[in-house]
Amino acid sequence: MASSSYEQLQQDLHPPLSRHEASVESDRCYFCHDAPCVTACPTGIDIPLFIRQISTDNPKGSARTIFNENILGGMCARVCPTETLCEQACVRNTAEDNPVRIGELQRYATDHLMETGEQPYSRAQSTGCKVAVVGAGPAGLACAHRLALLGHEVDIFDARPKPGGLNEYGIAAYKSVDEFAQKEVAYILSIGGITLHQDQVLGEDFLLEDLKRDYQAVFLGLGLGAVNDLGIEGEELAGVVDAIEFIAELRQSADYTQLDPGDRTIVIGGGMTAIDAAVQSRMLGCEEVTLAYRRGVERMNASQFEQDLAKVNGVVIRNWLQPLRVLGENGQVTGVEFARMSEEGGQYAPTGENVILPCDRVLKAIGQQFVNSVPAVDGVTAIELEAGRIRVDDERRTSDARVWAGGDCITGGEDLTVAAVQDGKLAAESIHTTLTKGQTHG
Amino acid sequence: MADLSSEFLGIKSPNPFWLASAPPTDKEYNVVRAFEAGWGGVVWKTLGEDPHVVNVNGPRYGAIYSSDRKLIGLNNIELITDRPLQVNLDEITRVKRDWPDRAVVVSLMVPCEEQSWKSILKKVEDTGADGVELNFGCPHGMSERGMGAAVGQVPEYIQMVAEWCKQNTQLPVIVKLTPNITDIRAPARAAKAGGADAVSLINTINSIISVNLDTMAPEPSIDGWGSHGGYCGPAVKPIALNMVAEIARDPETAGIPISGIGGVTTWRDAAEFMALGAGNVQVCTAAMTYGFRIIEELTQGLSDWMDEQGHARVSDIVGKATPNVKDWQNLNLNYISKAVIDQDLCIQCGRCHVVCEDTSHQAITSTVDGKRHFEVIDEECVGCNLCVSVCPVVDCISMEQVREGMDVRTGKPIVNEYANWTTHPNNPAAQR
Repeated sequence: MASSSYEQLQQDLHPPLSRHEASVESDRCYFCHDAPCVTACPTGIDIPLFIRQISTDNPKGSARTIFNENILGGMCARVCPTETLCEQACVRNTAEDNPVRIGELQRYATDHLMETGEQPYSRAQSTGCKVAVVGAGPAGLACAHRLALLGHEVDIFDARPKPGGLNEYGIAAYKSVDEFAQKEVAYILSIGGITLHQDQVLGEDFLLEDLKRDYQAVFLGLGLGAVNDLGIEGEELAGVVDAIEFIAELRQSADYTQLDPGDRTIVIGGGMTAIDAAVQSRMLGCEEVTLAYRRGVERMNASQFEQDLAKVNGVVIRNWLQPLRVLGENGQVTGVEFARMSEEGGQYAPTGENVILPCDRVLKAIGQQFVNSVPAVDGVTAIELEAGRIRVDDERRTSDARVWAGGDCITGGEDLTVAAVQDGKLAAESIHTTLTKGQTHG
Repeated sequence: MADLSSEFLGIKSPNPFWLASAPPTDKEYNVVRAFEAGWGGVVWKTLGEDPHVVNVNGPRYGAIYSSDRKLIGLNNIELITDRPLQVNLDEITRVKRDWPDRAVVVSLMVPCEEQSWKSILKKVEDTGADGVELNFGCPHGMSERGMGAAVGQVPEYIQMVAEWCKQNTQLPVIVKLTPNITDIRAPARAAKAGGADAVSLINTINSIISVNLDTMAPEPSIDGWGSHGGYCGPAVKPIALNMVAEIARDPETAGIPISGIGGVTTWRDAAEFMALGAGNVQVCTAAMTYGFRIIEELTQGLSDWMDEQGHARVSDIVGKATPNVKDWQNLNLNYISKAVIDQDLCIQCGRCHVVCEDTSHQAITSTVDGKRHFEVIDEECVGCNLCVSVCPVVDCISMEQVREGMDVRTGKPIVNEYANWTTHPNNPAAQR
C-alpha cells in the first residue's frame, strides 16, 4: 500500500486568509455596479458590499451581509465551485484573468462571526405557527433558519444520525475540516425555535400525512436517496462501492487507518463526487487511482480546478471510457472492461476498441436519483413529480398547497449546496407569506 | 543621454534631486548613505540654537494608506534637530569636504532676533556649506514658540528675517514656505521683497492623520494625547503643484527660483514640478518609505523621458508648463469634449455608469438591448471626466474633442474660435 497522507484529509484545501491577506485581497474588489458576481451567486449575496466591509475592517458586518442571503455562507465558502459561479463572473477576469478570491473572503468573514458564536439575528415575535422540515441538509437548514427568524416554530426530521446532509456525509473531508458541518448546524440552530429530530425516516418512521396533520406547512428537503446503477455485468461483485457511501464512511470514521482504500481504484464518473472520492482514495493511501469518464474532458461536471486538484494528487483522469462490464474472480472485483468511445460530428459512439483496466476496487459516481418516500401508506401521493423529482414553482411550492420542497429532490435541482440554500430560503419566505396572509400586523 | 546636472542659485549638483530638510538628513551617517546612493544634494535637517530641542519619546509618525497599505500620506510631530549645534556643524563640515560635488544646504530656524540669525549664519558659513534654507514652514511644535510656520504665516516677518540673512551672509538664501496660509503668493512676495534668492515649497500641512477609536486619542498619540502634525507624501503633491505654479506665474514673483517640494515620489512627479516652474526638487517621504535607492528610478526615469522628448538639459524643462496655467475665466468655453469608452478594453465593472447616474449627468448606459453594456450618451455628456477618473482600466475611457458639426447636448454648432467667460453673455461683468 502506498504511503497515506491522512493529515491532508484533515487540512483545509485553502488555508484561511489572515487579516492581512483578506485586507489586500478585499482591496482588489472594484465594487461594481449591478455586480456580475451577485447575479452569478444562486443566493444573490451582496458580494461587493461584504468585501467592502472586509476592506474597512468590519468582518462582523461583512458576515451579516453574507448571512442575510445565505445562512450556510460558511460552508458555501468552502464547497462552492466559485470558479464556475461568482469568481467566473468577476470583471477582473477580463483584464487580468485573475478574479477576486470571493470564496476565501467569504470564509474569512463568516469564520470571524461564527467564532464569536454571536447570532446576528433575533427572531420576530412568535406567529404561533408550526412548520415541519424534512431533511437537515442545506435546503432544510436554510428553510428552518429563515422560518425561525420570521417567528415560526420549526421541527426538523432527518433520516441520518447527524444533521447536515451532504455537508456532513457527502463532501470531501478536506473541504470541511474540524467538524465544520456540525459547528455550522449548531450556529444555525442558535437562533432558537428549531428542534432537530434525528434518525427519522420519511415513509418509515412517519408519513407526510402525519406532518400535514400536525403542522401548518411542510418543507421537503429530502436529497437523493439512491445512487445510479451502472446497469452492467459484475456490478454486484465485492469491491464495487457507491462513491457517496465511501465518502460517508470516511467522513464518519474516527480512525482512518481502519479504512481500506485498496491498491488500485477505478472511479467511474466525471462530477464533483467522483473527484472527491478519487482524491480521498489517494490520500488514504491507494496506490493507483484512475478516474474514468465516458465522454471528453469538456463534458465533465467537475470544474477545471477540481480536475487539477485530482491530478496534483496523483489521480489519472481517463476520458472516453464507457464501462462495459466489471470483471471478477471468486466474487471479488479484478478489473473493468471499457469500450473506448468517440464523438465525431456530434455522434457519440464506440470506436470498437475495448480496454481492460485492472483494479481491486470500483467507486461508482455516476449520479444519484430521487427515491420517492413521500407516498402515504396507500401508495397514493398528491405530490406531483416531473422527470423523477418533485415539481415546484418559483416559490418552491409543490402541487400540494401545504407542502414546499427544495434542494436536490426537486426537478432541476442543481446538485449544489448554494442552490439548495436558495431553495430553502425562498420556500421559507413563501411559507411565511402563506401562513401570515390575512393576519393583521402588530 | 540627457544631462541631469543641475545648478540652482549657482549651487551645483549632479542631478536635480535633493533630500529635503527632514529626518533623512539629520546626521552625517544618513547623508553619506544618501550620497553613496546617488542623491544630488541635501538640505540638512533644521539647525536651531543650543540648548537643542527635545523630541517626544513616543510615536512621531502616522500614515494613511491606499490599497495594500501603500503609503500615500505621512504625518509627523518631530521637531528640528535634537542634537547639539556643534555636532551638526562638525558633521556638515566633514560631509561637504568629502562630497564636494554634492549640494549641501543647511536649514535654519532660530528666534526672530537679528543677532540669533547673524550668529548662526556665521557658523554655517564656516562649514563650507553651499547655502541656507530658512525654515518658515514647520507647522507643529516650533510654531508654538514663535518660529517655523508662525513666521511663515506673517509676510512682514518673512521679509524682515530674509533681509537680516541677506545682510549677514554671502551664502544663497532660500526661504521655505508654509502651505498653511490662504494665498501662497503673499509670503512668496515677501521673501522676494526681503531679498531672498529663492523660495522652496511646500513644507508640511497641518493635520491630524487619524483617531484611535478605542482610546479616542488622535494619532500619533503620546500617552493618550495627540497634537497636530505636518502632513506630507504623495497625497499633498497636487497642493504643492498648485502653489509652485501660483508663484511661477505671479507677475510679482515670476522668475524667482523655486525648489519644488511635496510628495515627489517618481521621476514623473519631479518632471511635473519642474514643468510648472521648479528649478529642482526636494524629496523626503518617498525616501522615508522606500529608502535611498529610489534615486536610481528618479534619475533614470527623468533621463529616459528627457531623451524621448529631446530635452538636453534639466533647465530646458523648467517652466515649460507654466504659461498654460491660467485663471478659470480664461479657459476656452468653446472647447467641447465627450467621453468615449473603448469597448474592447471595458471590463464591465459599471462604475462609470453608476457614478454618472448617481452623482453627475446620467450620460452612460447600463444596458443596451437588454444586455449589460456601458456606452456614453453624447446628448447628456458634458465632458466632465468623472468616468475617466473612476475607471479601473488605463485608457479605457478617454475624452475626445468634438471638432465639427454640433454639440448634440446643447444643439449648438461647434465654434472653433476661442471664447471665454470674460465675454460670455451670461457674465454680468462681461465687456461688450
